[in-house]
Amino acid sequence: MTEAAGAETRSGRDVMLDIRGVETFYGRIQALRGVDIEVCRGEIVTLIGANGAGKSTLLMTVCGDPRAAAGRITLDGVDITYKATFEIVRMGLAQAPEGRRIFPRMTVRENLQLGATTGDEEHFDGDLERVYDLFPILRNRADQRGGTLSGGEQQMLAIGRALMSRPRLLLLDEPSLGLAPMIVKQIFEVVAEINNAGTTVFLVEQNAYHALRLADRGYVMANGRIILSGTGEELLANAEVRAAYLEGGH
Amino acid sequence: MAATIPHAGRPVDRRGILIELGGTALVVFALTVSLVGFHIKDISGGIALDLRFVDVASAVAIAIVVRGWLILMRHGHHRVVAASAAAVAAVLVVSLLFGGAGVQPWLPFKAQLLQWLLAVLSAGFAIGSAVRMARERRPVLSGAGAAQDGAQDGAAPDEQAALMDRVSAQVQRNALWIGAVLFLAAAAFPFMPGVNLQYLDIAVLVLTYIMLGWGLNIVVGLAGLLDLGYVAFYAVGAYSFALFASPDSPLLQDLGWTEGVSFWLCLPFAGLMAALAGVALGFPVLRLRGDYLAIVTLGFGEMIRVTLLNFYSLTKGPDGISNIPPPSLLGYSTQSKMDEETLENTTEFHTAMGWEFDQADTTILLYFVILAMALATNFFTVRVRKLPVGRAWEALREDEIACRSLGINPTNTKLTAFGFGAMFGGFAGSFFATRQTFVSPESFTFIESAVILAIVVLGGFGSQIGVVVAAFLLIGLPEIFRELQEYRMLFFGGSMVLIMLWRPAGLLAHREPTIRMHGRRARASTGSGG
Ligand SMILES: Nc1ncnc2c1ncn2[C@@H]1O[C@H](COP(=O)(O)OP(=O)(O)O)[C@@H](O)[C@H]1O
Ligand SMILES: [Mg+2]
Repeated sequence: MTEAAGAETRSGRDVMLDIRGVETFYGRIQALRGVDIEVCRGEIVTLIGANGAGKSTLLMTVCGDPRAAAGRITLDGVDITYKATFEIVRMGLAQAPEGRRIFPRMTVRENLQLGATTGDEEHFDGDLERVYDLFPILRNRADQRGGTLSGGEQQMLAIGRALMSRPRLLLLDEPSLGLAPMIVKQIFEVVAEINNAGTTVFLVEQNAYHALRLADRGYVMANGRIILSGTGEELLANAEVRAAYLEGGH
Repeated sequence: MAATIPHAGRPVDRRGILIELGGTALVVFALTVSLVGFHIKDISGGIALDLRFVDVASAVAIAIVVRGWLILMRHGHHRVVAASAAAVAAVLVVSLLFGGAGVQPWLPFKAQLLQWLLAVLSAGFAIGSAVRMARERRPVLSGAGAAQDGAQDGAAPDEQAALMDRVSAQVQRNALWIGAVLFLAAAAFPFMPGVNLQYLDIAVLVLTYIMLGWGLNIVVGLAGLLDLGYVAFYAVGAYSFALFASPDSPLLQDLGWTEGVSFWLCLPFAGLMAALAGVALGFPVLRLRGDYLAIVTLGFGEMIRVTLLNFYSLTKGPDGISNIPPPSLLGYSTQSKMDEETLENTTEFHTAMGWEFDQADTTILLYFVILAMALATNFFTVRVRKLPVGRAWEALREDEIACRSLGINPTNTKLTAFGFGAMFGGFAGSFFATRQTFVSPESFTFIESAVILAIVVLGGFGSQIGVVVAAFLLIGLPEIFRELQEYRMLFFGGSMVLIMLWRPAGLLAHREPTIRMHGRRARASTGSGG
């Protein structure tokens, strides 16, 4: 279902997020060395790569923090390379960042309310219900502080919080990190569900097997460069990918 | 000491104990010799140094004895402690009550209050060790043996911390009730029997600091911005107020006005000016984080003070602006006519009501004005936490990067926090001006910022009732114990150290969710439907 929809839009080349030749530095350390990535409307695109490859840096660069030193990033044709983070987010992009970054001393509900900062008041109740339906456990934890949730629940909260702004493009940074296989499966199912409901997803993962199975297309990053790209199946079948990212783990 | 037998399983480390006692003596000596040992007094034709080494020696001796008691208790010799502490307490109490002047030179301190505190301290030790003695009996009888007491002693501080946690959780949960009771007590306070002008004055002072604490709490507690220059906004408020309220203000004289503007007009103006100062400071510096922000705000506080000191044509510099009238009431002045010629054609409230002028009435009026202003600050904070802007403040304190990635504009959010915090500082400044009837730059030194921040930190960042408790401890108690003179500062510092050791996150640090749904069951039932 998702694959069919993705293929259709891709043939029309309806590019939503366009990353071209992006380079990013931390001081004098270069983390991204000319990255090109396209995410089309309706797709799930995944970016896999080893620890320290620069995946998180790329997602953060899309959000404008840190800034790209070279290259261009456009969202729906609008150049966002130099826009302030909060302005980019207001254009319909949301991120569940690395490490979840939920607000530990605030309740689950408050966290979700903060996710709706850019949204309309009128949608709030409906959106909250939708998040609770996607992650029923959050409903039971509504008055609990974020910091007291388990890792999986925190990840769900981070995704739910990102969804509260009704994003058209959702960036997920390693949602499976440190979670039990059962929870990982559950989270990937929800990601598919979110995508079916019309949200484009850009998914960064180290868990290459699950990510590539879910995604329409994938990119492989190493040392700040894209070294491979293709459909999910192609990459899953690729010998290099199998050797580097799949063997042993699954 | 040599006769005491090492407690079961715990060898006595004589050298360690000696070092501990010596260290205590050294620290107390170092502290007291500078603070208490030299006393500068005025004599005809200059000042002289009064050496008070007896006091220093007493302090050191007392510290050694108390430390000795603590060591003995740690080693389980509760009986020795109970007996000796009870004896000391008894001797002190008896000699204080019945000894008369003849005993006084033999007692360790000159101040009566200190002797009593010492008696209370000894009594506390006697009771504490007696309680432990009783508690340890039980395991011995049940055969558990003395080995347990180590575990018990070790667990005691944790138990205490847990207790205090529970207390603060309880306080937060029943905040509404506690608030209501405190409010009623505060409203009735001026009319309670035994409340004299002095107590009323202290209450007004404490309330001023509560309001300042609540105002700074918006910036530090909610938004997490460490502001070391809060006094700047207090000063801007006070001077904005004074410049328009006092008939002596250079500004009004330049304008050719002979009468000051009413309190109720100057108050919002002063708040506005302070808020503008907050935004003006915030704009360039809010990109800075943590320590850097703290340093810049500290500098800003000093800048304001130095400006006030030197901008003579507007502020009269070190001379200050005097003659600031008290708040008017229903359009009537509340001043006594006796000391005011300029007010000849105005009617005073007391004349209108047919009362005699009474200084206490003015103080009561001031008391209620500051009570209302403090409550307004509290109400604002409690409400704003439930609004998006207040939530954004708290979120910003927790994680700025996450905030940005949720579409929150951190600069604007910080600016509003700074502006609102400054505004309440400005209101408090207005009140300060009208209460003192005089403002000068001297009142707005760094130490004021430090005290207000101490109130917020001590209360537990973000805790509203904590601020009340802390303001009472830091402002109220030292005022009540004024007769202790410079010992006050020792107590002040000592209690700060103790509280930070005991409750490093603040007295009532405990944040309950600000939003509750209607209860677990109601939620579960609606939940299954959706
Ligand atoms: N804040 C930072 N300061 C300096 N270097 C950083 C910072 N964050 C990441 N890096 C470096 O940039 C590189 C890419 O990191 P990251 O994007 O986190 O990788 P990934 O998410 O793929 O594991 C790594 O070499 C890392 O050490
Ligand atoms: Mg990463």
